Amino acid sequence: MADTTNNLKTTPLDQLHHEYGAKMVPFAGYSMPVQYKAGVLQEHLHTRSQAGLFDVSHMGQARLQGSKAAEALETLVPGDIVGLGAGNMRYTLLTNDKGGIRDDLMVTHCGDSLYIVVNAACKDADFAHMQANLTDAKLEIIEDHALLALQGPKAAEVLARYAPAVRHMVFLTGQALRINDIPCFITRSGYTGEDGYEISIPNKDADAFARLLLSEHEVMPIGLGARDSLRLEAGLCLYGNDIDETTTPVEAALNWTIGKRRRAEGGFPGADVILGQIKDGTARKRVGLIPDGRAPARGGTEIQDLDGAAAGIVTSGGFGPTVDGPIAMGYLRTDLAEPGTRVNLMVRGKAQPAEVVKPPFVKQNYVKD
Amino acid sequence: MSVKYTKDHEWIRLDGDVATVGITNYAQEQLGDVVFVEVPEAGTQFDAGAEAAVVESVKAASEVYAPLTGEIVEGNQALADDPSLVNSDPEGAGWFFKIKPDDLSQMDEMLDDIAYRALLVDLG
Repeated sequence: MADTTNNLKTTPLDQLHHEYGAKMVPFAGYSMPVQYKAGVLQEHLHTRSQAGLFDVSHMGQARLQGSKAAEALETLVPGDIVGLGAGNMRYTLLTNDKGGIRDDLMVTHCGDSLYIVVNAACKDADFAHMQANLTDAKLEIIEDHALLALQGPKAAEVLARYAPAVRHMVFLTGQALRINDIPCFITRSGYTGEDGYEISIPNKDADAFARLLLSEHEVMPIGLGARDSLRLEAGLCLYGNDIDETTTPVEAALNWTIGKRRRAEGGFPGADVILGQIKDGTARKRVGLIPDGRAPARGGTEIQDLDGAAAGIVTSGGFGPTVDGPIAMGYLRTDLAEPGTRVNLMVRGKAQPAEVVKPPFVKQNYVKD
Repeated sequence: MSVKYTKDHEWIRLDGDVATVGITNYAQEQLGDVVFVEVPEAGTQFDAGAEAAVVESVKAASEVYAPLTGEIVEGNQALADDPSLVNSDPEGAGWFFKIKPDDLSQMDEMLDDIAYRALLVDLG
């Protein structure tokens, strides 16, 4: 679907967004809600205390078919996909030959295929890359399904009213379920640091189901503004800000996404660089930063050491509504990356003292058993 | 006592020889929830159009410009403790600073109430 006035694509929930008073903005070629009437602050706090409904239909969904799909995908990502059990889900990275990150993605083993979700801004390039390089597997891009995320401590209770089985799922698992007789694929996952689900639902059924969820008193619609502040508090990377083609998984402190077997065997793009960095370390590392005082330090802010020498750069920064103060992430010289280290953030030409911390900034509330 | 406006959505209220400056209701609606405000210190000198204060919402930072050339008499310290005053009372308790203009005739170039409302109509 296309918006005729500005050539932006719209999601199946476009009408709903307008009805709920959303402020629409262009994002990755789509017209998306940045906030609704309640505003970013209330939407953020509501998601952490109740449940928030997010339209993430702009993200790329696909299935990788074939008996060798996992082996094939491992030639493009450093994650252990072959070792992923049926029904399980994993966060991994598409890397380039220099060890940089092409995109981050979620992969779920569905038994007969791998279900993949990639970033909206990268999806065309990602799918072309997979199609060009995965000879042992068939990529089927899913265009006829919307993607909704229901996030927050009340998400399980609310969704279980429509699909009781979701209560028994644990974090990072997925399964096909029927909701009001609509076939959906549901994962217990999300990108807010809260418990919750992502629901892949046919386009034609998405609007009606979103309205059902919004009719539940715990649920409020949440825009991209709060999605960003929620993921920042949860210490999660935003592709294009915190990770990109020039940052490696080791610099980004994402070593945990590289399984033991993959470290031993290699066989993914940039393996020589990445495995070398795991062994020898890197000159810079992604860290969390908590500025003293109240002034937020935004992405692009220079970080200096206490002697005034350049030490790094903020990649994501702003105000954390749950933290009730400014928080940031950025790349910092490794000798300064130890939690507790003091640095200065150069906000509007003035040095603002800050402390290095290990993200997340809030407790993650995932349901693991 | 007259209130004037700028195209940058600031209001200026002249009281004797001191002008109080803030942002309009339209501006606070566009910004969203304000979480941080930095106001200038008394005694600071600004040229008209210079960056005098900073206002940040959850999402983004914006500048507030000195609408008049002059010296700051007072910054609104209440905004440091409660930046949300900018949202709840933008044209009252959410004022940013008071400035003593060098040349009061600069006020003449500003928009009056009717002209500012016409600007908002144009912005839809």
